Amino acid sequence: MKVNHILGIIFSNAYDEAISELTDLRTMGSVPFAGRYRLIDFMLSGMVNCGIDKVGVITNSNFQSLMDHLGTGKPWDLSRKTGGMYLLPPFNNAQAGTYKNRIDALFNVLDFIHKSVEEYVLVSDCNIVCNPDYAQLMEQHINTGADITIAYCHGTAPALKNLATFDLAEDGRITCVGVGDTPEDKNYSTNMMIINKPLFEELIRDAAVHNRENVERDILQANVDKLKIYGYKVDGFCMPIDSIESYYKANMALLDKDNCRSLFNPDRPVYTKIRDDMPALYGLGSNVKNSLIADGCVIEGEVENSVLFRGVKVEKGAKVKNSIVMQGADIGENADINCVILDKNVSVQPGKKLTGDENYPVYVAKNKTI
Amino acid sequence: MARKQECIAMLLAGGQGSRLGILTRKIAKPAVPYGGKYRIIDFPLSNCVNSGINTVGVLTQYQPLELNDYIGNGQTWDLDRVNGGVHVLSPYQQIEGTQWYKGTANAIYQNISFIDRYDPEYVLVLSGDHIYKMDYSKMLDYHKEKGAACTIASLEVPWEEASRFGLMFTNEDGSIYEFKEKPKNPTSNKASMGVYIFTWKVLRKYLIEDENNPESGNDFGHDVIPAMHENHEKLFAYPFSGYWKDVGTIDSLWEANLDLLNPSVDLDLTDPSWKIYAKNPVAPPHYVGDKAYVQNSLISEGGVIEGTVDFSILFPNVVVEEGAKVLDSIIMPGTVIKKGAVVQYAIVAENAVIGENAVVGKRPEDMEDLDQWGVAVVGSGVNVGAGAAVEPKAMVGEDVEGVK
Repeated sequence: MKVNHILGIIFSNAYDEAISELTDLRTMGSVPFAGRYRLIDFMLSGMVNCGIDKVGVITNSNFQSLMDHLGTGKPWDLSRKTGGMYLLPPFNNAQAGTYKNRIDALFNVLDFIHKSVEEYVLVSDCNIVCNPDYAQLMEQHINTGADITIAYCHGTAPALKNLATFDLAEDGRITCVGVGDTPEDKNYSTNMMIINKPLFEELIRDAAVHNRENVERDILQANVDKLKIYGYKVDGFCMPIDSIESYYKANMALLDKDNCRSLFNPDRPVYTKIRDDMPALYGLGSNVKNSLIADGCVIEGEVENSVLFRGVKVEKGAKVKNSIVMQGADIGENADINCVILDKNVSVQPGKKLTGDENYPVYVAKNKTI
Repeated sequence: MARKQECIAMLLAGGQGSRLGILTRKIAKPAVPYGGKYRIIDFPLSNCVNSGINTVGVLTQYQPLELNDYIGNGQTWDLDRVNGGVHVLSPYQQIEGTQWYKGTANAIYQNISFIDRYDPEYVLVLSGDHIYKMDYSKMLDYHKEKGAACTIASLEVPWEEASRFGLMFTNEDGSIYEFKEKPKNPTSNKASMGVYIFTWKVLRKYLIEDENNPESGNDFGHDVIPAMHENHEKLFAYPFSGYWKDVGTIDSLWEANLDLLNPSVDLDLTDPSWKIYAKNPVAPPHYVGDKAYVQNSLISEGGVIEGTVDFSILFPNVVVEEGAKVLDSIIMPGTVIKKGAVVQYAIVAENAVIGENAVVGKRPEDMEDLDQWGVAVVGSGVNVGAGAAVEPKAMVGEDVEGVK
């Protein structure tokens, strides 16, 4: 089902603190992922793929890299005369500071939401790696006559502050909302939810004027009996990122072909900003196994169980194992890295050796030289 | 009236490229894929925008559907402009009747009014048949400095190949005193690259005269430039050095692709100051599997490589299954090479399927009679059945049945 009566809202900064190394210079939404993407691409593409053509991106801080990535929204086909992509930064009026919390942020963009003609609002964060089928979520929302439908996963809940967990009735209605519960074996929220717009505006205004600050506790938990809140189980590959380790594991999980196929489902393509690189060049003597390699890479050394972003150079005799190497990094001759996350444009000098552990990958910040 | 432009480009993209056989059965030659993600036309268009020429007319005639679709509004090359940008110019109906483009000069003649809209001083005439990186702005400076009516880019080619080209004979100052079209015993090795800059005022006059001459073939090389030469217009050769290749035949297309793997070939597509733009696939990075063996190759996004790839160019979304071998070959987008298949010295077009254990092409070393050898070509969408063989030099446009 294609729909254009949904307004998309994305929180680009939500849970920035969970991977503070990677978000030092950027938002959660602009954290590089899977060789050529930024985390926001998955949410934006998901929205566009179900026919949404108006998306507000709420930004609070560190959003220079995000703005650079999003541009006018063209790669997602969101550079439109009517609708399209809107950046919603703080300091909206003379008295305002940065957004204090989600409710504060939504209250500050209420005007934008109110003026939109769409009937529903779809809210999401950026720290969930999945290829959401929002059309299906919407279909369920309409079929159940729900006020709110929240996408959830089952398993060990990620260690995210105030994350909601749910008990569900057989028909999918949420009967109990927990906040800050023990994580094991739970239905946990992905924070992707659809709400009827008039209700959404009312809930936000009400929460804001009463100085409430927590969506999970003050809106979901408080209204679980009054409103029809339903759960929607996410299908396919879905990994929340709550730490640098889970960021590492989510990247590595894509070396499994089934995961990769599920995330990059050709029926719901994932769009991103393009860079016009030439295809990856494999030199004589290169040796690559079980890896994802993006355009613009030049590989003359060994690469195994790794994800290489665009324009990475692996020089002769260099070894890259179990690592994530971001755009423009250069691994010098005979250098050896294992279980490492190299941020953009890192240079590893010839012969240097760097080793982390699968449970504790070493992170090297942007533009550093080793 | 559009804003005046000093120089606009006219790109001749109507050619069939008949020597490329089934590769150009459904698409015009400039739309033929090249180099793992590009099409031939990306080179002149990128050169234009990198040289500061922001108005380009693309003259199409033969099988324009895919080419028009590819050019779109020009956004790929940053040519979606408020003033100028890229325009696709097809032959059109006129009050005096409808005419196809009769020749290269006639194609420009029929679009005089398009050019006049921009009131340019100079017109750059290009063809969509060559792979090269060139700064046209330097050539324009040369044209202005010489006060030429026409400047033709020239390249010194190896003497043994000179007879394949249109050759120019020049004085010390670069002015041209003679032309010879593909002479048997060449006495010059300065070949024309098919890149011309004309002073528009002068060219406009010659185009009208040429059109009024019933004897004329309406071709730049054969008619217009010789007429200018006869009338003692100032013609200059602009010396270009660097990589330039006509990809008019299967062999030259195959070679030009594999040139990208030769570090001594002067064609660096990684140079950020002279990017060659192309439509980018919407696909994740390519995956190289545990049992894969990849050497000396270019591989684009979306591919899944689990077999052997050596000295080859793989376009986006190509699948090479376990045990399959791709050697010395060009594999265009979306093609699948099934388990155990061997593809060597071949060009396989888009969305083809090479069945299990099928064999396409042969190494020249394995031939008894080298005269029978050549690059094998599998057309787009062709299904080569399991165990089937496609001979070297063969050109397969229809499905090949499997062998049990």
